[in-house]
Amino acid sequence: MTLLSVRDLRVSFGETRAVDGLSFDLAAGGALGLVGESGSGKSATALALLGLHHDATLSGQVDFDGTELTTATEHRLRAIRGAGIAMVFQEPLTALSPFHTVGDQIAEVYRLHTGATRRAARDRAVEVLGRVHIPDPARRAGAYPHQFSGGMRQRALIAMALACRPRLIVADEPTTALDVTVQAQILDLLDEVRTTTGAALLLISHDLGVVAGATESVVVMRDGVAVEEGPTATVLTTPRAAYTKDLLAAVPRPTPPRRIDGEPLLRLRGVHKHFPPPRRRSLRRTEKVRAVHDVTLDVREGESLGVVGESGTGKTTLARMMVGLIRPSSGTVTFAGTDVARRRGRSVQMVFQDPMSSLNPRRTVGESIADPLRLLGEPAPRTRVEDLLVRVGLTPAAYDRYPHQLSGGMRQRVGIARALAPNPRLIVCDEPVSSLDVTTQAQVLALLSDVRREFGLTLVFVSHDLAVVRQVCDRVAVLHSGTVVELGEVAEVYERPQHPYTRELLAAVPVADPEEARRRREQRRALAAQRS
Amino acid sequence: MIGYLLRRVGGALLVLFGLSIVVYGLFYLAPQDPAVLTCGKGCTPERLAEVRAAMGLDRSVVTQYGEFLRGLVLGRDYPAGPDVRHCPAPCLGYSFETDQPVTALLADRLPVSASLALGAEILSLAVGIGAGLLSGLRRFRLLDRLVNGLVLAGYALPVFLVGLFLLMLFCVQLQWLPFPTYVPLRTDPVAWAQNLLLPWIALAVIQSAAYARLTRAGVRQTLAEDHVRTARAYGFTERRIVFRRALRGALVPLVTLTAVDVAAIMASAVLTETMFGLPGVGQLLVGAVNQIDLPVVVGVTLLTGFLVVVANAVADLLYAAVDPRVQLR
Repeated sequence: MTLLSVRDLRVSFGETRAVDGLSFDLAAGGALGLVGESGSGKSATALALLGLHHDATLSGQVDFDGTELTTATEHRLRAIRGAGIAMVFQEPLTALSPFHTVGDQIAEVYRLHTGATRRAARDRAVEVLGRVHIPDPARRAGAYPHQFSGGMRQRALIAMALACRPRLIVADEPTTALDVTVQAQILDLLDEVRTTTGAALLLISHDLGVVAGATESVVVMRDGVAVEEGPTATVLTTPRAAYTKDLLAAVPRPTPPRRIDGEPLLRLRGVHKHFPPPRRRSLRRTEKVRAVHDVTLDVREGESLGVVGESGTGKTTLARMMVGLIRPSSGTVTFAGTDVARRRGRSVQMVFQDPMSSLNPRRTVGESIADPLRLLGEPAPRTRVEDLLVRVGLTPAAYDRYPHQLSGGMRQRVGIARALAPNPRLIVCDEPVSSLDVTTQAQVLALLSDVRREFGLTLVFVSHDLAVVRQVCDRVAVLHSGTVVELGEVAEVYERPQHPYTRELLAAVPVADPEEARRRREQRRALAAQRS
Repeated sequence: MIGYLLRRVGGALLVLFGLSIVVYGLFYLAPQDPAVLTCGKGCTPERLAEVRAAMGLDRSVVTQYGEFLRGLVLGRDYPAGPDVRHCPAPCLGYSFETDQPVTALLADRLPVSASLALGAEILSLAVGIGAGLLSGLRRFRLLDRLVNGLVLAGYALPVFLVGLFLLMLFCVQLQWLPFPTYVPLRTDPVAWAQNLLLPWIALAVIQSAAYARLTRAGVRQTLAEDHVRTARAYGFTERRIVFRRALRGALVPLVTLTAVDVAAIMASAVLTETMFGLPGVGQLLVGAVNQIDLPVVVGVTLLTGFLVVVANAVADLLYAAVDPRVQLR
């Protein structure tokens, strides 16, 4: 039985068409994925379902369980919002009110739709919080969102969605802001919720891997239209549309292994970095934050070393110590035998995570790239900068552009050009592609391996994305709580992980192959069962 | 929490201590001699020396200040002719001018200032939040413009102009209200409110303008936040969103500002008090400064400082109370 039927949906903001004639069906209890890159109209579709657009013009039909939503009165829509169709939003911190406890917010929604007593609503809130595996739900219901971790907030939002027993849950990029292991937990939870409550799931994501394991059918969107739709297994294994093929091709995949036995170029010996605690709570001495704890490793000349870990594991701190931006609390970081912090400029460079905030918005990108050259005493670096711009796939005219005039991918190319400018021997990349769409990400990764080969560079590649690291790197170091728990050849670590944390990480990686995704879910459940 | 309060009290004492030193010091830098004023015209040098000794001005500044501090904590004895006058702690001394204990003077004036401040604040909050909310909702464009205009006007108008206008209109032209005098709340609550109504309005014109702006900005900001979108997606009515979410967000900066404002009015509504003939703390200070009445000046300054310090602490506590993300450490 069809629960949601969208026909020829069009959403436009003034002149811009965000959604341009989209149609799809979702069966009761089914799971549909809506996949596309940023700007494809995924989120606009989700908001249009519930009539949540402010200043958009809508046309087409959205039939939900016999009710036509595009023409429904505000009153009727309000009754459906939350009770018939429940949304799970992307940013769980801002999506919950900071002034009310998690339990109160869920109870308020329940009371609104059922007219239950305060007590009954409170009980329901605790019940659904338990349902999404929040430990000790009766007590945690009294906590505020900021007292929850990112994963718990997302669980709380899912609990809120469950509160009124909706027939459809719309999850808009529910895992984008989360670490890979937490992402896997949330996706598993959504799957579990769907099977136990019978609510249908509309999962919106830019990540094919996310959709692969959690949906039965999929709609691939581009520029507001569906370019391909069908069963998830068919679309992701034998795609027909060229765009779907491009998307799948852009998904990072393992490259044939290289063995690099070069001399150690960068040596880290017993490196620690401790930060003073954020603030003193009492007069007693408080624990320091141990960002990096006793790291010893070598970066060999000519290799690409991956550093993987989740947020808060000290990846960025380690990367900054490698280029000498911050000094270790103890231990040494030497580059070709000398302390890296004493070397000026040239031989070690860095590519930063966010190309927008790491470029000066008031200067042209050419000037930003020219800076390191001027530091080296080059009086007129313009021609050299233009060569670099061409090398990273931009035009010489980009010299006079400002960062905000470029796209995210172009800005990251500028970041790479700036790092290349002083002819370094080692480049440390800190999450260089994590803010990019999957196709742009593939292009930037290709560029990085091109320049590595061409300039004979050594790369350190810091990332939370294990698939990307597997594609780019020769060896990998797994970081957990500031310590390297596993270090080895990429193929070796990925095929035969030794440390439990590495195993957990690898099981959590989303894959675009639906079969494999299902297998990994089983693996995760087995791991979780083992632990408990 | 207790640690926080202790540190807060310690800080407050330091501030008050510093303040008293500064006031004492400034006073002795002033070119006029209070003894000359007290002695009056046709004062002989012998008589002047006597007066000076009686006022304690013949000793060094440091000694005087030490005596003052001792009096504040332990009380002190004053020679009065053959007898000794005991001034119990906290002793702020006796007014040079009226010979009354400064503490008594302050206790006399404080209820007047408090009546003025609290009434004005309640009125300002009611008007300010109401106007700010209406204009923040974007639904009434014209009203938004109107409120904005009035807010600007409120900022621009000096209180004595507003006060004069109110007096002219209501007491002279329309004769709806008597010329204000202060009637204590306990004596006659109706007369108390009647007499204070105009000063409240005069202060509220300016104060409510600030609150309206703050509320408007707060409401606008909160309405644009993600959690409001969540509320909409879960079927909340606009009204519920405005009152349960937007106003809640706007309340945070408002609450802290209010606490500080109450103290500010109590201590420094000099113009308003003078205009409406209210015998408040501000008026006392002006008179004392004109007469170089050192004990009174120091007393009022310390009281003002005390109020401001307390208000700031209250503001912090309230801030933590209305915003669960804030932790006092």
